[in-house]
Amino acid sequence: MTDLVLMLAVFVLSFIIGYFLISRVPPLLHTPLMSMANAISAVVILGAVLLFTVKANFLVKVLGSIAIIAATFNMVGGFVITERMLKMFKKKTKST
Amino acid sequence: MNWMHFLLDILIILILIIGIWHFRTPRGARVGNLTAAFALLCAFLLMLMRNNILEPETVIISLFIGTVIGWIVAIKVNMNQLPSMVAFQNGAGGMAAFIVSFVELTRGGASLTTTSKVAGLLGLIVGSITFSASMVASGKLANKLRQTPTTFPAHRWILGLNLLIVVVLSILSWTSGNLFNAGYLLVLISLSVAMGIIFSMRIGGADMPVMISFLNAATGLTAALCGMIIKNRLLIACGTTVAASGSILTHVMCKAMNRNFFKLFFGIQQKISTKYSDRASQNVEQPNLVEKSSSETGLPTGESKKSKDLAEMAPVMNSAEKIIIIPGYGMALAHAQFKVCELATKFEELGKDVKFAIHPVAGRMPGHMNVVLAEADIEYDKLYEMDDINPEFKDTDLVLIIGACDVVNSAAISVEGTPISGMPILMAHEAKRVIVCNLNEKPGYSGVENPLYTNDKAILFLGDAKKTVSQLVEMLG
Repeated sequence: MTDLVLMLAVFVLSFIIGYFLISRVPPLLHTPLMSMANAISAVVILGAVLLFTVKANFLVKVLGSIAIIAATFNMVGGFVITERMLKMFKKKTKST
Repeated sequence: MNWMHFLLDILIILILIIGIWHFRTPRGARVGNLTAAFALLCAFLLMLMRNNILEPETVIISLFIGTVIGWIVAIKVNMNQLPSMVAFQNGAGGMAAFIVSFVELTRGGASLTTTSKVAGLLGLIVGSITFSASMVASGKLANKLRQTPTTFPAHRWILGLNLLIVVVLSILSWTSGNLFNAGYLLVLISLSVAMGIIFSMRIGGADMPVMISFLNAATGLTAALCGMIIKNRLLIACGTTVAASGSILTHVMCKAMNRNFFKLFFGIQQKISTKYSDRASQNVEQPNLVEKSSSETGLPTGESKKSKDLAEMAPVMNSAEKIIIIPGYGMALAHAQFKVCELATKFEELGKDVKFAIHPVAGRMPGHMNVVLAEADIEYDKLYEMDDINPEFKDTDLVLIIGACDVVNSAAISVEGTPISGMPILMAHEAKRVIVCNLNEKPGYSGVENPLYTNDKAILFLGDAKKTVSQLVEMLG
């Protein structure tokens, strides 16, 4: 039961903190923000790799590999694309 | 030992928070993005240290393949394909999540706690829905599928029935002890995948920003659920943060379109006749503008529109001092952003004041226009948000609309009962003159005719935005 309480606490706290942090992001950066959030959601890769901590049959190995590949694709791709996007944002401080 | 684990987890979450905290300025955001990536790397390494991986070769090879494909695709992808790519990556994450749920459920069997079972079942269902819905969205955004909504007869009921079957099956599997039966779970996955497709096929066009933010939130939720199955705090925390981010964006997008989230996704629409739009332009807008055009802009009102159009554009542009450019999805579609940048630069060389007005839902992603304009090297301090720039339209000499329609449709604020009524718009119609560089005179995605097109101070310059904007550049100076 303590497990459940602790997990719910983490869930609720993260949501609240996330909410406050993200409401401060200006609309200018909404696309990169979404792209980065997308990359973070690939954290499910932890779950995918943990499938290999127990003795696995062939099918589980195949499924596990697919899950790892998909999650890594999401994570690496997400961070790289976000970086590409953010690199484009420029500001020339011209005297007007 | 245990508190050590706990502290390390907290530390990683703090690093992630610092990363997101940096997302307030574009320059800070780059640091933030790297910080978040670093946080995930730490989480990954920590997981490797804490657990004994039985088949390191398989894991390493899979990681390598995923990294290489992810990297190459992200480097190669054209910026125009960005919305589609984001949706595709999101789908990949959803897939990983439902596979993890599936394996954990079938393998864990009765040894799983109730929490893990519930989380596993939910993760399986939500993950499958996110996966298929993201793929459909990606296909639509890449123009591989029809962009317009595809609707079955009684679409809502089919979706509802599908959901009902999924819920009943889940309960049945629970009570009959079939929860860990692979075949049973596969049926659930298939049904959920079908649900994702049915759900997403009727969302299209301008509703995409809402859809894509929502899917983002859903993947985050699935990741958090996966974390609950395997009792991993880091997974829960990271997943939930993403869910929060996606929820906020969904909310912001809905608000910017004055759409109700549930009505949008479950297809509840009021029946509206198309005649209101005619009334909009005649009864509400026209008297108003005859008055304005004669008193304020001093235009001859009875003049036929065509005669003045093209010849007038050059003098209007050259004499304007204060200019606002409103980009829309049409500009991105025509890849006209570079030409628009050229035009803006030329305006500035002639000593004119140029600003860009960005509507929150212009484009196909939240903030899409900002990225498209950034690609063309337009400095971001020239991009203005709707609320900041709306008071300025009154004193603006010229508004250039490039590939935008619904976001400047004054029917939204002047006519009741249209699909866009109540949606906040950019007040282009308040400017002294307006040049519309759209592909055609057809209404935007909402289907509501734009009174601006028949407005006397508006000049319609129709055609491919790349060509029309180049012509505008030539007319200057």
